[in-house]
Amino acid sequence: MENVTKRFGGIVALDSVSLTAEPGEIVGLIGPNGAGKTTAFNVITRLYTPDEGDVRFDGESLLEVPPSGVVNRGIARTFQNVELFRGMSVLDNVRVGAHARHGEQSPEELLFYVNLHSVRHRNAAELSYGTQKRVELGRALASAPRLLLLDEPAGGLSHEEVEQLGSFIKKMRADYELTVLLVEHHMGLVMSVADRVHVLDFGRKIAEGTPAEVRGDKQVIEAYLGADA
Amino acid sequence: MTALLQLDRVEARYGPVKALHGISLEVGEGELVAVLGANGAGKTTTLRAVSGTVRRTGNVVFEGTKLPRRPDAVSRVGIAHVPEGRGTFSELSVWENLRLGAYARRGSVNEDAQRVFKYFPRLEERRNQQAGTLSGGEQQMLALGRAIMARPRLVLLDEPSLGLAPMLVKEIFDRLERMIADDGMAVLVVEQNAALALAYAARAYVLEVGHVVVSGPSEELRANESVRRSYLGY
Repeated sequence: MENVTKRFGGIVALDSVSLTAEPGEIVGLIGPNGAGKTTAFNVITRLYTPDEGDVRFDGESLLEVPPSGVVNRGIARTFQNVELFRGMSVLDNVRVGAHARHGEQSPEELLFYVNLHSVRHRNAAELSYGTQKRVELGRALASAPRLLLLDEPAGGLSHEEVEQLGSFIKKMRADYELTVLLVEHHMGLVMSVADRVHVLDFGRKIAEGTPAEVRGDKQVIEAYLGADA
Repeated sequence: MTALLQLDRVEARYGPVKALHGISLEVGEGELVAVLGANGAGKTTTLRAVSGTVRRTGNVVFEGTKLPRRPDAVSRVGIAHVPEGRGTFSELSVWENLRLGAYARRGSVNEDAQRVFKYFPRLEERRNQQAGTLSGGEQQMLALGRAIMARPRLVLLDEPSLGLAPMLVKEIFDRLERMIADDGMAVLVVEQNAALALAYAARAYVLEVGHVVVSGPSEELRANESVRRSYLGY
């Protein structure tokens, strides 16, 4: 993202924000609620058109690409509040992911990979929140992404499960040669998996660095982590 | 302490899949009680079984009488449910969402709205904004505000920390604590942030695959080896 600005009426959701992710990197995107993290995802996936700036993927400007073309280029995402096809089975949800673009693995095989094969015929809407998040992950992987955007994947998971998720994100990166952009409030997770972290506050980037650098940044502590973090 | 809510061997299922295998628990007047557990343990279903949004068997007693099964009737006896993912009406304004919270009861809404705004000033600033355009944290505040518009005796709260920045998470629990002190309502909260839940709750229940496996005062649970390992991580 290069100098991206996105306004909604009088609200500036992103204010000339630039951020990069190198191939194979896991990049964390953190910041207070309303900082513009999800807006950044929506700009990258072309749900929103930025008012200013450019978004480039592998050298190509995505602004020329319709939202439907984003997945064809190898960008997949999950959603903060889970956006599954509610009347459909887990398997069918993952099949939808493979509709526009797919890799070598079949949806059935992917379900083994994300450990959902035993519930593949259940209605996705009936599953617990954390499990639904895993279905979204399966659906995203089904489109054979090169860049995976994860919007709060730790939501609804217990401490132990968050640790497992951390290892799983790294495993996915290795198995599928992914680049990962991770929006997450669970600082333990961000610190343990991210190579680099960008920090947003009120639509502006206030810090960038390694997890350790960012955690020690005074501005980040004041805006986001709180004094006793 | 008098029990405000009592669940006695409550079971619930989704089609052929049993989610609760006989849950018994209690919430006292003005008490904050937490339900902990792994993903899929039945925490959300426990709240749904109380609010009548999933079919249940077993006994549920609220203020000494059998709790009705229909969700609208449950709401009228004084139980408000804040579902996970908030469930605010995204096309409606903040103000309209709050008014809907008071839909099932008599009396004015202004006074209660002022109370909500006192707890969450941000909502007053955004009162005419569409709920769907609020940030995640603001939507969580709105869902909680809408619940207390009903003047509930008991709030069922599903993962209030979900999607909230670390600073805000503590703020939500601080305000929850204040609401309990001000209004004397009780709260049954499902929460993944176990350290936080145990810091604020008087007691907690730990669920595993639809059973209560451990329960007791928060202090005891914090000292419990397996609870610590699985939910607190130290």
